[in-house]
Amino acid sequence: MNPMVDLAFLLVTFFMLTTTFKTEEPVTISPPSSQSEIKLPEKNIITITVDKTGRIFFSADGKFDKERIIDLISQRQKWDVDPAQREAFSLLSSFGVPMENIPEFLALTPNKRQHYHQAGIPCDSAKNELSEWIVMARIANPRYRVAIKGDQDTPYRVVKHIVNTLLENNVLRFNMITELEKELGDG
Amino acid sequence: MAEQKRDARERRENIEMDMNPMVDLAFLLLTFFMLTTTFAQPQAMELVMPAKPKANDPVQEQPVKESKALTLVLDTLDKIVWYQGITNAEPQITNYTPNGIRKLVKEKLAEVPGLVILIKPDDDSRYLNLVDILDEMNTVNAPRYTLAELEPADRAILKSMSE
Repeated sequence: MNPMVDLAFLLVTFFMLTTTFKTEEPVTISPPSSQSEIKLPEKNIITITVDKTGRIFFSADGKFDKERIIDLISQRQKWDVDPAQREAFSLLSSFGVPMENIPEFLALTPNKRQHYHQAGIPCDSAKNELSEWIVMARIANPRYRVAIKGDQDTPYRVVKHIVNTLLENNVLRFNMITELEKELGDG
Repeated sequence: MAEQKRDARERRENIEMDMNPMVDLAFLLLTFFMLTTTFAQPQAMELVMPAKPKANDPVQEQPVKESKALTLVLDTLDKIVWYQGITNAEPQITNYTPNGIRKLVKEKLAEVPGLVILIKPDDDSRYLNLVDILDEMNTVNAPRYTLAELEPADRAILKSMSE
């Protein structure tokens, strides 16, 4: 039995060291597939997720960068963010809550936050909060790059709004997250 | 006394540890990590857009020569309406299969030097369509393509095609 146990522990160690946990997402997205072989960078990524119905979610990686983002945002919005809310934001994965509901959203317990109805971040010409998040994130960490993660069925209209928002903020190079396509053969 | 000592030694030699719980735990952890791990780093497609021209920019956007413009309108029914040139264009329909769009773009690239491909997705077209078409552009190595806004003329064409 010992060789088997050795092997089992070896594998456990391997998986423990290589694993990166799936981040919890408020929506399930099935991204379109492509034959692109570029890998998404692992660090310094802002992900803008759009679901089927066009709701926009924002996420940025890096705990310390997120702390800086919430500091900047709260300064701008003149919020009093307590340390607990700040901590909650820095641990948040992806969120799609309008600006005015952010403090309330952060005050919830993680469990309740899962059931909170997230309306999506407004991104139209009248009220472009996505723009603000992007600007603040880029101030907090200028090395951030932007990736758009859309669902197959997301209407182009929303994608267009996002792309225009990025262009307005001089983000001219961005990634679109896709899944690897199985080669269908050149028919 | 001597007998007791031998007993103790024997007992120590035959010591057997029940490893089953440990093994159970090891496999449990193994299963857990195997299921939660994500190996595949998601793929990404890079898109570089031109900067929006500013009002006081001395360099104006260069208009595309009509004969060199190939317009691909992505419609809402997962089809592509395409036409070459702008005036008196003859719109035709193709699809996203290798025999459709890929063949078309390859032919046009060979036919027209300096071809500029204008991709105009309809507002209600799916994101999948956009990714598909950009993917095709990468596959055929199209040197010049751009995302453009759907114009009223294109809408009229789409409408006439759907009738």
